[in-house]
Amino acid sequence: MRNRLYNLLMGLAPVILALVLTTLALVAVQASPGEAYVNMLRGAFGSAERVADVLVAWVPLLLCAAGLLITFTAGLWNIGIEGQIVFGAIFTTWAARTLHLPTPLFIPILLLMGAVGGGLWGLVAGTLKTYGRVHEIFAGLGLNFVAMAFTNYLILDPWKRPGIASTSGTELFPKAAWLPTFGGAFALGPVEVALAVVTTVLVYLALRGTRWGLELKAIGKNIRSAFLMGVPTERRMLSAFLLCGALAGLAGATQSIGVYHRLTPAISSGYGYLAILVVMLAGYRALWVAPVAFFFAAANKGSLQLPLQMQLDSALGGVLQGALVLFVVLTQGARGKVASRQEASRQGMGDEV
Amino acid sequence: MKVELLDIHKYFGPVRANDGISLTIESGTIHGLLGENGAGKTTLMKVLSGFVTPDRGQVLLDGRPVTIHNPAQAIAAGVGMLHQDPLDFPPLTVLDDFLLGRQGGLFPNRTQARQELADLAGQFGFSLHPDTAVGSLTVGERQQLEILRLLCLGVQVLILDEPTTGISAAQKASLFAALRQLAAQGKAIIFVSHKLEEVQELCRQVTVLRRGRVAGQVTMPCPTDRLVELMFGQVLVSGERQEMPLGQPALELLDLAVADGRLQVSGVNLQVQAGEVIGLAGLEGSGQRLLLCACAGLRRPLAGRVRLAGVDMTGQPYARYLAAGVAYLPAGRLEEGLIPGLDLCEHVALAEREGGFFINWPAARQRTVACIQDFNIKGRPETRVEALSGGNQQRALLALLPPSLRLLLLEHPTRGLDVESTLWVWGKLLERRRQGTAIIFTSADLDEILEHSDRILVFSGGQVTRALRASETTAAQLGEYIGGVSDVSRSTFPVSS
Repeated sequence: MRNRLYNLLMGLAPVILALVLTTLALVAVQASPGEAYVNMLRGAFGSAERVADVLVAWVPLLLCAAGLLITFTAGLWNIGIEGQIVFGAIFTTWAARTLHLPTPLFIPILLLMGAVGGGLWGLVAGTLKTYGRVHEIFAGLGLNFVAMAFTNYLILDPWKRPGIASTSGTELFPKAAWLPTFGGAFALGPVEVALAVVTTVLVYLALRGTRWGLELKAIGKNIRSAFLMGVPTERRMLSAFLLCGALAGLAGATQSIGVYHRLTPAISSGYGYLAILVVMLAGYRALWVAPVAFFFAAANKGSLQLPLQMQLDSALGGVLQGALVLFVVLTQGARGKVASRQEASRQGMGDEV
Repeated sequence: MKVELLDIHKYFGPVRANDGISLTIESGTIHGLLGENGAGKTTLMKVLSGFVTPDRGQVLLDGRPVTIHNPAQAIAAGVGMLHQDPLDFPPLTVLDDFLLGRQGGLFPNRTQARQELADLAGQFGFSLHPDTAVGSLTVGERQQLEILRLLCLGVQVLILDEPTTGISAAQKASLFAALRQLAAQGKAIIFVSHKLEEVQELCRQVTVLRRGRVAGQVTMPCPTDRLVELMFGQVLVSGERQEMPLGQPALELLDLAVADGRLQVSGVNLQVQAGEVIGLAGLEGSGQRLLLCACAGLRRPLAGRVRLAGVDMTGQPYARYLAAGVAYLPAGRLEEGLIPGLDLCEHVALAEREGGFFINWPAARQRTVACIQDFNIKGRPETRVEALSGGNQQRALLALLPPSLRLLLLEHPTRGLDVESTLWVWGKLLERRRQGTAIIFTSADLDEILEHSDRILVFSGGQVTRALRASETTAAQLGEYIGGVSDVSRSTFPVSS
């Protein structure tokens, strides 16, 4: 009984703390917290179009989060996911500009190219880690910069708009390369939603039901023991980078053919980093990733109302998200410390005499 | 400073590392602490230097009781420990490392420290250049630096843990001269070692620990035999030794040399028959692990060849060794053997070499239940391995081994296990022997080595004896080899192939 109550409190505590912190921030700038929250809710759910917009943001977030589940299972911090999104977009853009196919054939090819681009970029980070002993955080950050810079180069030179090169992106793709939508004012389409959902389910099944998934889990928990038990650790880690990159590349593809219809400098929109927060908040559990990603997408879209209605910066949505993740992590740390102190008083240290 | 340890008790679960140890070290003396691994000397020194808090007992410094909860408090109280592997920082310069640990002040006074370093180094005849990186120093020099650092922090009690492994003879002479000088200044020096000759040379008082208790306290000079007897006790070699019919050579080592950063083992020649058990005796870090790793394909030998059932496996990757029927069970059950966070069922599924892409969880669960029954593991398929006791973890590790093996390499297979689990483990290993598996194991317990090995290799600081027949040696003899007293190469035992 006491345990259940404790667990419940520990689960709710970060949410309450995050709301408290955000409310304090609002009060500090002399805004009404109630009004702000209502505006955010309206911004996300006020109309069918707005909900569709939330889902448009949900799709790439979910794809990236599904990919990160793979790398986190293997104990890897794939910060390079942003660059993998970008490279997916780059490969898709190349295909959109170079190939000429009817839409039903074009879309799968474009998505595939996105997966290939992201997967290859993921392999670069993976190779640096396994053979170059470069920590994936440093490799990832460095490769992100390279990807961004390469994108800017492509936009301003080889793929620039005829006439004046513009940092708003390349020229628009031909209509055949646009993702179909539900029609009307909806920016959302069936293809990307299906893609995101199916991919997440597949990732969940693969991690739980295949030997590969179990081996990744073993590597993430204790790579030395896994190696001694015969797991081919290097090959598995590379496959994790490859697959996560591929999923991120798919996100980049949907961004470029579904949202922007061209290549822009900010094509990844920070979804990679945000997906890391999503997965952490979801406790690295596949079933929680979809709802948590939805919450983040809603917070993003909802907070867009704040500058319009209340002269507040929409970054406030980020404050809520960030505070939530921070408090979740802190609470987990606190629980861990309490647990290990109890353990230590029971057992003592090691067995070195 | 006079150090008194009164009735120190320290338990790690069922293991009584220190079981009522009382010990006095007078100031101005060099006091030796002898004992095999598992005797409790490291734990006792960890208690004194603040790494571990005792469950019972008191520490008195100069007659005053002190409570030491962490190393910083220990240094403040005047107790400093020089570890076997100096705890320093390779990227820092000698001067910066020397500065570490001082209290107070926002900016370190490097000029003053430079002078202090030069003065202290000169006092002891050490030559340390303040601007070189610590990482480029030899072990002996790093020790010297650490001693100077501790002295500057004001330690009055200096504990040295196996200080002479990995240093040259000249550095050893230099170290001993420095220790004598420090003792003359009134400091208390505790010299923890297994090298009997050095303890006899340097120390005036020697305490011998055995199985967590004080086996004896002697004043030098004292005959070696007495020390060995205290360290290893009177041992009856058990007469009932199973004479196994031995088969084809499972493993051949030809002039094998293998090394890591600190130690090198060379010139190992060994032929192990199927069903034979080889025991590796010696203190931790003397090279046994290196040899096991070489036999498992985890470490590439510097020279020589490794042959498994006639096939040359030298330099092949670990995966090939696994496929050839080799299994390696390391000493760290949770660090290197099992995977904390995964339960028994997942381990069984993972260890299953054949099996498709998809895991058949119900079948895996059934296999796990069978393993639990066969190996008498106190746990369920959903039990996470870190929740199992040490004995059950060992049973789990044995349960995960493939059904037939050519060569089984075990590090400390019964470490931390009670008598019942130990007997059970050896029962299982005997079954493997009968199936034709060759076994090589290390152990800190000479009784265990003598009881279960057909032949024994003794390691001492990287030197290895020829394989001795277990039936033709005694614990005392092994103890002498370990202590480096008897000249290993002058063994009069017949050379066994």
